[in-house]
Amino acid sequence: MNVLPYVLAGWLFLIGCYGLATSRNLIHAVGCLAVCQASTYVLLLAIGYRKGGTAPVFSDIAPGSRPVVDPVVQALTLTDIVIGATVTALLLSLVIQIAKRHRTVDPDELSELRG
Amino acid sequence: MSTRMRLWVLIAGGLGTAVLYLLACRDLPAFGGRWHPYGDRAVDAALARHTANTVSSVNFDQRALDTLGEESILFGSVLGTVVLLRQTRDEDRLPPQPVRVAPQVRRYALLALPVTLLIGLYVVAHGQLSPGGGFQGGVVVATSLHLLYIAVDYQALERIRPVGRYEVADAAGEAGYLLLGAAALLTGAAFLTNYLPYGTFNTLASGGTVPLLNAAIGVEVAAGVVVLLARFLDQAVEIEEEPQDAGAEGTA
Repeated sequence: MNVLPYVLAGWLFLIGCYGLATSRNLIHAVGCLAVCQASTYVLLLAIGYRKGGTAPVFSDIAPGSRPVVDPVVQALTLTDIVIGATVTALLLSLVIQIAKRHRTVDPDELSELRG
Repeated sequence: MSTRMRLWVLIAGGLGTAVLYLLACRDLPAFGGRWHPYGDRAVDAALARHTANTVSSVNFDQRALDTLGEESILFGSVLGTVVLLRQTRDEDRLPPQPVRVAPQVRRYALLALPVTLLIGLYVVAHGQLSPGGGFQGGVVVATSLHLLYIAVDYQALERIRPVGRYEVADAAGEAGYLLLGAAALLTGAAFLTNYLPYGTFNTLASGGTVPLLNAAIGVEVAAGVVVLLARFLDQAVEIEEEPQDAGAEGTA
């Protein structure tokens, strides 16, 4: 199946969106956003894969001796992971503040404005 | 909008996205195919600049400006978390009481601490040669310090973790990256150009500015993760809310 990895990435994204939209808990919602983000890793790595390819690192293989997978998408994925982790931390700290101010983490109960 | 209505909107949007995405998938290059024009060019450029790890070369040489942007997001997130999780006026800080740690946990965590720290520093230093680099190594270094929390207690962690200094180190890592990039301007090259001699392939001194930018990122990520975890641990372990203020918040 040639498109299965791409379809998997799309499925991960949609299932993450479903979780985000139906979530009754903000911590759960942040987790769903992480799932959505994971779909981009799968998509990038699927695009960069090459049959029989190895890691694009030439410290122990001679250049040109073996096919290597696409390093550009790997670099994109790498930075995406670190950024994802810190942005998740930022969102979770927002959730902590919301829990302190409103005493709830249910997004449906956060309708009124408070000082 | 009612919950039911929202669900229908979600289903419609999801189905639409799924159909468009599947149509787009059919035009993507075949999975595992040989056609990777950017990848091949990135590998050639990395080898021309004597960087064995192509991923590091892409991150810290070929698209170093993008990495500066990503690093700034990281810096901004850490800054935002520090601001959001600060101790507010209606909160008290109680020193946590030490609890007994199982001797096995203590032994293995203390044993693993220096090893993990060394591996983290190794991964940062060898970013231009082997898989790894500042991002991954920085996280490993930050993790190693927190083994002390598992092995001993929170106060022991606080002694090796003056948060103020790590905040300065976080900013210094970001500034170091900018200054290394700006130093290229002095040589007449563009911002963040690789201007140092490329060195011998597959040795520690190879890749020109790649290992230096790697180290700057390593400092920033390690300090950033320590600061992030410190703020979350403070909330979990030390900061206690005064119960009588629960009703008075609305007027504050």
